[in-house]
Amino acid sequence: MAAVTTPHTGHHEPDPTESYLGGETGIKSWIFTLDHKRIGVMYLISVTIAFLMGGVFALLVRTEHLSHGRTIMDADTYNRMFSLHGVVMVFLFIIPSIPAAMGNIILPIQLGTKDVAFPRLNLMSLYIYIIGACFGLYSMVHGGVDTGWTFYTPYSSSDPAHGGVGTPAAVLPMTLAAFIMGFSSILTGVNFIATVHKMRAPGLTWRRLPLFIWALYATSIIQVLATPVLAITLLLLTMERFLGLGIFDPHLGGDPVLYQHFFWFYSHPAVYIMIVPGMGVVSEIIATFARREVVGYMFVAMSSLGLALVGFLVWGHHLFVAGMSEYAAMVFSALTFLVAIPSGVKVFNWVATLYKGSISLESPMLWGLGFIFLFTIGGLTGLFLGMLAVDVHLHDTYFVVAHFHYVMVGGTVMGFVGGLHYWWPKFTGKMYDEKMARVGFAFVFVGFNVTFLTQFVIGSRGMPRRYYNYLPEYELGHQISTIGSYLLGLGFFVLLVMFIQSLRNGKPAPRNPWGSAALEWQTPSPPPLYNFITDPIITRGPYDYHLATEAELDEGWAELDARLAAPKKAHVDHDKPHAHGTSLSGDDATAAKLDADAEAGKDTTADPDGKMDDADPDAKPEKKSDDSDDGEKD
Amino acid sequence: MSTEATPATDAHDDHGHGAPDAPAAGHGHAHPKWLAHHFDTPAQQFDTAKLGMWAFLIQELLFFSGLFVCYGIYRSWYPHMFVESSHQLNKLMGGANTIVLLFSSLTAALAVRSSQTGNKQATSRFLIITMLCACAFLVIKFFEYRHKFETGCLPGPYFHPHELSHGATLPGNAHIFYSIYFMMTGVHGVHVLIGIGVIFWVWRRNERGDFSKEYFTPVDLVALYWHLVDLVWIYLFPLLYLI
Repeated sequence: MAAVTTPHTGHHEPDPTESYLGGETGIKSWIFTLDHKRIGVMYLISVTIAFLMGGVFALLVRTEHLSHGRTIMDADTYNRMFSLHGVVMVFLFIIPSIPAAMGNIILPIQLGTKDVAFPRLNLMSLYIYIIGACFGLYSMVHGGVDTGWTFYTPYSSSDPAHGGVGTPAAVLPMTLAAFIMGFSSILTGVNFIATVHKMRAPGLTWRRLPLFIWALYATSIIQVLATPVLAITLLLLTMERFLGLGIFDPHLGGDPVLYQHFFWFYSHPAVYIMIVPGMGVVSEIIATFARREVVGYMFVAMSSLGLALVGFLVWGHHLFVAGMSEYAAMVFSALTFLVAIPSGVKVFNWVATLYKGSISLESPMLWGLGFIFLFTIGGLTGLFLGMLAVDVHLHDTYFVVAHFHYVMVGGTVMGFVGGLHYWWPKFTGKMYDEKMARVGFAFVFVGFNVTFLTQFVIGSRGMPRRYYNYLPEYELGHQISTIGSYLLGLGFFVLLVMFIQSLRNGKPAPRNPWGSAALEWQTPSPPPLYNFITDPIITRGPYDYHLATEAELDEGWAELDARLAAPKKAHVDHDKPHAHGTSLSGDDATAAKLDADAEAGKDTTADPDGKMDDADPDAKPEKKSDDSDDGEKD
Repeated sequence: MSTEATPATDAHDDHGHGAPDAPAAGHGHAHPKWLAHHFDTPAQQFDTAKLGMWAFLIQELLFFSGLFVCYGIYRSWYPHMFVESSHQLNKLMGGANTIVLLFSSLTAALAVRSSQTGNKQATSRFLIITMLCACAFLVIKFFEYRHKFETGCLPGPYFHPHELSHGATLPGNAHIFYSIYFMMTGVHGVHVLIGIGVIFWVWRRNERGDFSKEYFTPVDLVALYWHLVDLVWIYLFPLLYLI
């Protein structure tokens, strides 16, 4: 209900040019902030910690497989390790990674607005996430779970303390953790939907929306529609373990397959919560580093919505061998192949964008290309698993493990880390060491493929997933895979060091280090509290390189902002706003008209701009007053 | 939705300059204190809040949907057991609760209406009646639950039915019905409790004078939420008690 409104709080208005990282400092200015960027940064730190934690679990699991039989831990510990790896990576890292952390920072900037629709709800969703994470930590301290991240019943729901046959592990706090974090995800989705619909800057039409926004919008729809189903499922599971409800437990007359249906009704769409934002990041990166509009913009945008839609219809393919009817299996198999269409649209369009683009291979682009390469493998192996006859053999083998790691790591993590590289200068105002970034990428890319390509091989030869021990013939494959995982871990370690170094003594980032035409690169790095020094008027799409001026691609809107920052020296010059307007809309014939529109739009919208009205009307220059000489600062 | 939004928008436009509770800022442009800094116009803020609330209500529907699916599946598997067990529920109390909730939905709608016309006292009165109805609902529910506890009509291992009405005997797996009954009504009851809390908060804000003809968004949204709670019960009552 905090969604209701956000009353006007700040009585003293902030300096419109001061960075969001400056201004108020101290712990209180962070934990009580309503600024979407600070909330996003806190999310970013949280998910990074979760990622490192999940990564340690993964390395322990891989190390255990280094040799046949026991290597470093017993079977029970092993079960807990792979379960915790899954739970932490899915619920604490991947789900909030791109939407809640990166999206929170970038979405309002790309929309040209000051904040998300419901800033207090935004902060609340962060708190809910933290509370959920605390429940998860509590469970881990009490031994963690050994159910896998899927919590299948009745193993998870039948409590031996009440005479059941299930696991004695700390399942209750872990399912409650996932239950609670689900609400964080839902509230973020609600917030983003309202923001995209109602908060776009003047001129930012649906057809000009950045593809990252389209991806987040599709993701938000899934978050709002699918997550509550997981919430009720986990609630039923919790109550079943607690009170013995008997809905999922065959001993009590319940049906475990019903649990699997419920679980995957969320968790399959959740796969698209994970991958679609990554695709959005890659669309941005490809456009920027190929210096051209993504080919078939509308198709790419609609394919995000298409994935969101189709994602709801295919959950049954996780249950092909669970005792579902064969007829239902056929229908789900056929529907599963539909997923290939929007996924294929994206991959083909990205590749077509590269064709005849002016490609520059800076580090974010490496991650973007890595995404396309690895996601394609992950997606195509998904078709193997969607095929009924093949799935019977491959189900619950390392082939499945490799498949979804190619999608989740090769896709989402590549998108996340790529986005982090891409927007890092905007987030922090610092550049990072490009050489280290390349070294890190090389280790991650090679390490990842060594780890998981091997798993395709041993999986297709019958190595079952989640097993503590294996037959001797799989030993070589497991060893190669483990060595790959060490390379992968090393790569992420290099990146961690690189980012920390950048924070400590990175070079100051220019506004637009990549020469992008997109809106978020027009504002200073890091952006001011209200994201833009003056409210932007949008006159072209984010990828319209043919309409963007050289000044925009070099320096963003530094020129105008610098003039506005020095209003006292202002004197009337009707041309100068035009000069800036021209830089917005390009210099072809239509631009002049757009320009005039922008000018008109500015007249009508500059006033409602709340930030200026209250406190110091003097700080706001007259709309047509500019200093014509003072513009080259920055 | 749109019919309610329209007068609000008009009101904002009419009172753009010098509305009593909207101290005009330096530019002579209306900037009421309830307009958050990141919105350009009151209409934009109102529409955004409303859209957000509808999205939230959609997720509420899906949250309940899992329970309705459980109900549907187990009812189709054990129709006889469901009929027998449902006869043990008190139709009178369930019916009374239905009337109480329907009436509270009416008063919630009237609260919105009176806040739209700027009638602060009437808004407070209707909000209080809504809260009282919600409390009455919970009291009746409490007596129902107590009776279930006394007769052992409980989920899972706690299921030991005795002294049933009509001298009936229940099938052995009837505990599933009561599992579903307690989950559905329990989750709904939690929503009623949350509703009381939020209506109380809105009532406090109304008493403080936060709302006016120009700004009544929270009243509007809490009423939307309350209608949903009511609506869920309208489905629960026939499914659990009547058929």
